[in-house]
Amino acid sequence: MAPKQREARKVSRNPELVRGIGKYSRSKMYHKRGLWAIKAKNGGKLPLHEPKPKPQAPAQKPPKFYPAEDVKTPLVNKHKPKPTKLRASITPGTVLILLAGRFKGKRVVFLKQLPSGLLLVSGPFKINGVPLRRVNQSYVIATSTKVDVSACNVEKFDDKYFSKEVQKKKKKGEGEFFEAEKEEKKTLPQDKKDDQKTVDAALIKAIESVLDLKSYLGARFSLKQGQKPHELVF
Amino acid sequence: MPFKRFVEIGRVALVNYGKEHGRLVVIVDVIDQNRALVDAPDMVRSQVNFKRLSLTDLKVDIKRVPRKKELIKAMEDADVKNKWEKSSWGRKLIVKKTRANLNDFDRFKLMLVKIKKAAVVRQELAKLKKAA
Repeated sequence: MAPKQREARKVSRNPELVRGIGKYSRSKMYHKRGLWAIKAKNGGKLPLHEPKPKPQAPAQKPPKFYPAEDVKTPLVNKHKPKPTKLRASITPGTVLILLAGRFKGKRVVFLKQLPSGLLLVSGPFKINGVPLRRVNQSYVIATSTKVDVSACNVEKFDDKYFSKEVQKKKKKGEGEFFEAEKEEKKTLPQDKKDDQKTVDAALIKAIESVLDLKSYLGARFSLKQGQKPHELVF
Repeated sequence: MPFKRFVEIGRVALVNYGKEHGRLVVIVDVIDQNRALVDAPDMVRSQVNFKRLSLTDLKVDIKRVPRKKELIKAMEDADVKNKWEKSSWGRKLIVKKTRANLNDFDRFKLMLVKIKKAAVVRQELAKLKKAA
């Protein structure tokens, strides 16, 4: 089908004088919009779509319970959560220092911010043992050292990639309880290992081009005697 | 031990307290027992208490309260900037400043260099000990 000849008009035909007050009255706007012409084309009535056949609602039984007082309905809240505001010092390729968790003190490369607000980060794994991981912005110090991550493709990673796998419920047999638990060992699926390798390949290439950067990322950060964190430049 | 650095017109001093901390200024006039009128090429001429000044060895040849242009010319003739940066006091201040502005990566690289240097020194010492 050929595209519509006239695109839907975006600007109102009724200029605003003051907020809430247009220049033209209802009758004038009726004329301006050409509703008289549309009606004339349609034989004196405004053209209507056929009413869609409503699906028959299933017959509802009268409820067993009526609350004594009126039930208050909560107010409508249409707020959509947006990801946490990224600090200006954190850009893709920044070296971050992790401050908490298993990898505290490790220097790590920042890849991107996920839709939940958490930061996607990678060691790289071969250098310091930190895999592709999510990290909260608050538990991180951003240094001013940057690594070139333009060669890495991190489009496919999002929060769903990191969600825990849903465990199927097993019937508990009393005698077999302990044996069954020990049989399942969680190994990382091969495709996740491959993802790590592809991301790290590009990263390591960029890292090895800078002198000492590899050993820097392999070392942990610690405060030495006399260093004051509020006076340090990171 | 006689005094060597005097408060006089043209004496170059370092501001050691306050908003202008670390700035090199020239004493351009003396206001009273406690204050001096002080000027620098990139600063508005202002008064400063002597307690906020540390006198340096450098001196500039100017008349009392010179115009800015004359002050700048006199400072260039005396080569204040280069002499200051070459002097041991000036060099120490520069080192302090660079150390304070070191990046985390820079500190790491510095640590590696220190270790290397210490290793070389220890090797030489071991050689000398062996010879003795």
